[in-house]
Amino acid sequence: MTAIPVTTRKDWTSDQEVRWCPGCGDYSILAAVQMLLPDLGVRRESTVFLSGIGCAARFPYYMNTYGMHSIHGRAPAIATGLATTRPDLDVWIVTGDGDALSIGGNHLIHALRRNVNMTILMFNNQIYGLTKGQYSPTSEISKVTKSTPFGSIDTPFNPISLAIGAEATFVARTHDMDRGHMQETFRRAHDHKGAAFVEVYQNCNVFNDGAFEKITSRDARASMLIPLVHGEPIRFGADLERGVVQRSDGHLEMVEVAEVGEGALVVHDEVREDPGLAFALSRLASGPHEPTPIGVFRAVEHPEYGEEMSRQIVRAQERAGAGDLEALLRSGSTWTIE
Amino acid sequence: MATGTKRDTERLERVVIRFAGDSGDGMQLTGDRFTTSSALLGNDLSTFPDFPAEIRAPAGTLAGVSAFQVHIADRDILTPGDAPDVLVAMNPAALRANIGIVPAGATLIVNIDAFDDRSLAKAGYSGNPLTDSSLSAYTVYEVPMTSLTQEVCKEAGVKPRDAERSKNFFALGLISWLYTRPIEPTLEWITARFGSDNPVAEANTRAFRAGYHFGETAELFTSNYEVRAAPFEPGEYTQITGNQALAWGLLAAARLAGLSLFLGSYPITPASDILHELSRRKDFGVRTFQAEDEIAGVGSALGAAFGGSLGVTTTSGPGLDLKSETVGLAVNLELPLIVVDVQRGGPSTGLPTKAEQADLLHAMYGRHGEAPVPIVAPRTPAHCFEAAIEAVRLAVTYRTPVIVLSDGYLANGAEPWRLPDLSTIAPIDPAFASEPNHVDEDGTPTFLPYVRDPETLARPWAPPGVPGLEHRIGGLEKADLTGNVSYDPANHEAMVHWRANKIAGIAKVLPDVEVDHEDGAEVLVLGWGSTYGAITAGVRRVRGRGLKVAQAHLDFVNPFPLNLGEVLARYPKVLVPEVNLGQLSKLVRAEYLVDAHSLNKVQGVPFRAAEIEDAIVKLIGGTL
Repeated sequence: MTAIPVTTRKDWTSDQEVRWCPGCGDYSILAAVQMLLPDLGVRRESTVFLSGIGCAARFPYYMNTYGMHSIHGRAPAIATGLATTRPDLDVWIVTGDGDALSIGGNHLIHALRRNVNMTILMFNNQIYGLTKGQYSPTSEISKVTKSTPFGSIDTPFNPISLAIGAEATFVARTHDMDRGHMQETFRRAHDHKGAAFVEVYQNCNVFNDGAFEKITSRDARASMLIPLVHGEPIRFGADLERGVVQRSDGHLEMVEVAEVGEGALVVHDEVREDPGLAFALSRLASGPHEPTPIGVFRAVEHPEYGEEMSRQIVRAQERAGAGDLEALLRSGSTWTIE
Repeated sequence: MATGTKRDTERLERVVIRFAGDSGDGMQLTGDRFTTSSALLGNDLSTFPDFPAEIRAPAGTLAGVSAFQVHIADRDILTPGDAPDVLVAMNPAALRANIGIVPAGATLIVNIDAFDDRSLAKAGYSGNPLTDSSLSAYTVYEVPMTSLTQEVCKEAGVKPRDAERSKNFFALGLISWLYTRPIEPTLEWITARFGSDNPVAEANTRAFRAGYHFGETAELFTSNYEVRAAPFEPGEYTQITGNQALAWGLLAAARLAGLSLFLGSYPITPASDILHELSRRKDFGVRTFQAEDEIAGVGSALGAAFGGSLGVTTTSGPGLDLKSETVGLAVNLELPLIVVDVQRGGPSTGLPTKAEQADLLHAMYGRHGEAPVPIVAPRTPAHCFEAAIEAVRLAVTYRTPVIVLSDGYLANGAEPWRLPDLSTIAPIDPAFASEPNHVDEDGTPTFLPYVRDPETLARPWAPPGVPGLEHRIGGLEKADLTGNVSYDPANHEAMVHWRANKIAGIAKVLPDVEVDHEDGAEVLVLGWGSTYGAITAGVRRVRGRGLKVAQAHLDFVNPFPLNLGEVLARYPKVLVPEVNLGQLSKLVRAEYLVDAHSLNKVQGVPFRAAEIEDAIVKLIGGTL
């Protein structure tokens, strides 16, 4: 194996013209990824970006790696076949809230519970963009769109809760306005063994502009984003004056640190096997209009699916030797005609 | 085995035996064991397991009847037999459900213990058919199988209720005596299966021996019968079902291509046994993945193919519906992919355990857009081995999904199989792309994923991992050569033609369809898939009557062999028997403007040779 070549963003950028709407949050996510990859110590030829359908799904065309733009919702299924047969590859999935949680919901939860080695970046803009503005499974209730002129009546998914409920071993949230945070989160997700799920709050400036503005705009962040840092008390605010405590009934709530004292704050523990705390954190905000946790909710080490599959093969071959087809054909009753 | 009263042994050329009982009575096992001992004796044979979709329908009801028909002969045979010569009925429901297909003069062996008033009522009998005259056309043997089994199992160490469950081995022993089968293979099998110190093994052994002795000593049967070995080609043989042959064919194909085998599948009747068989083959490096649904089954297989493995998915009709979208993607991506459809009765859930050939047009056209896919159709259970290899050869060579159309009849049916000499099967070359295939205007070597091989029109297969070959593919229409997204109208038309011509061009490498011709024949019978046995048997019968008929059978349904048009034009009349409402006949009519007569049957059971014979004779006589 030769040394990994030194690369720059340019090396990871394909010759295809990027065709998202001007001002789309996808641009900053693409830039974050293209600028991060040279630092990950990976090879272009061993990197694969897979996607389904939707605005986000155009992502692979813009990466100078191997890639596949597949069909709506199916990327985790396709990635499962690729990742389990090619453990040498870095498999990334770029998906959206409709692709991952609506048509592809089944594949997503099963890829997560199996812990197949893949990094899933789910761009959540709470709207259908490519089909021009219908409500999505993460749209807030009462959302007025072309397909819900009287307001939507569906309870939305909380993607982080869903991923934790699906036994995901790595669950994180970041947003398109903070390249540094995105890159740190993506790096952690990439380095995780197994399935990593990252929700990226992403602004669709055409069909759902400002959906996350209340929490991600530069002057709102300090008071509206709750950074999760492993081993640290959970606190936020310009002067870290607010924090999160756990009530005796297990419920988390936001408090003034001065009122409870720092010692009362919940200390974030992303490696805790019991997903209860991570799940409770995912329920802290009811939507991106009140203080919302970002960062890594959960990062636990579980056996990776492809590795387990390979292990069974190695064991079978150790036990029985490499398969002998001639012998297999004769494994039932045989008889010879002279 | 002790010799009892010396009885005459009559020689038979062939016999068809149907074992019928409750789903829980072990009739499939009984039939299977009888088949194995017949295979070891050297008979030619063909089997037809016929069981309900319900695991255990209410005991004693018609819905719960499970049957296994086996045809054994001292010459080569092609079908499990049109009608049983012997029906073994373990209860009234089994008798009632099957008597309709048993011809007058046949033998009935019934478990008299099960013919009590309650069981008769459950089966819908108002009286007892054994005591009224309704069975007078048959030779009926009433054997107290349950009570004799319970009696001999008293000391086997099993509970009385469990002892009763060994009665299928009693029946097997009796039929083994009646047809002079060797008993050792079954005794050995019982020990191997249940363990020598297991009371169940002891009970089954006792019941089996008791059945055998009963035949020998009871003054019931005037003679027993032998069906001698059939004249087979020299070689080593085993007995194989279609699903097993298909699984092994995939293993062989992967080895011939030097590829890792990945199976993404979702359990579905009657295809699941392929998943089961390959799941056991970890020592061959096979990766099997039981997916969350049919879509993920084919999706994962396509992902594996993108990565350079042999990607396979196995299913039945309802699953093929769900896989259509991904098969279309594979057509666009031009990646090798094997889709096995073990057809069953449809539409919708239909008849899960019964066979039908009604997915042909779905395989052919069941995708949006112009999305041609080659179709391979095995003709017998053993032929599934070769069909799997040829499907893989086409998929890999032409970078295309290939659909294999097996069916429930092939999947579960068994026949003797002469083991092939694997060294004579041509290898399959995946010919992975290893270097750039183009030079930019500025002299930089680049890789164009949609450059085509001039001979096959196939594009390069370039799995990730090779520096300099990074490329993106997808479901959006590609620009010719570069594979970049293109909405250009002329490019789209060109790509549609490339894909169509590539699949049509496969005909150049397909073998000509063979015609079993007779001078003077005016009728050609054309079939595909599992009707081969019934058609061939029907053709033989017609010839036995001194009439002339020709026969051809398609193993490749798309594209058609190059000579098919010329073959069809040679005969004034063409008969196309199909277990559907006339799907191949539509295709040949459209393709060749031939006035094909369609012979159809959609009862979930295969054609009988007599039905084919009858249609041919009528067509020759101008009355069809």
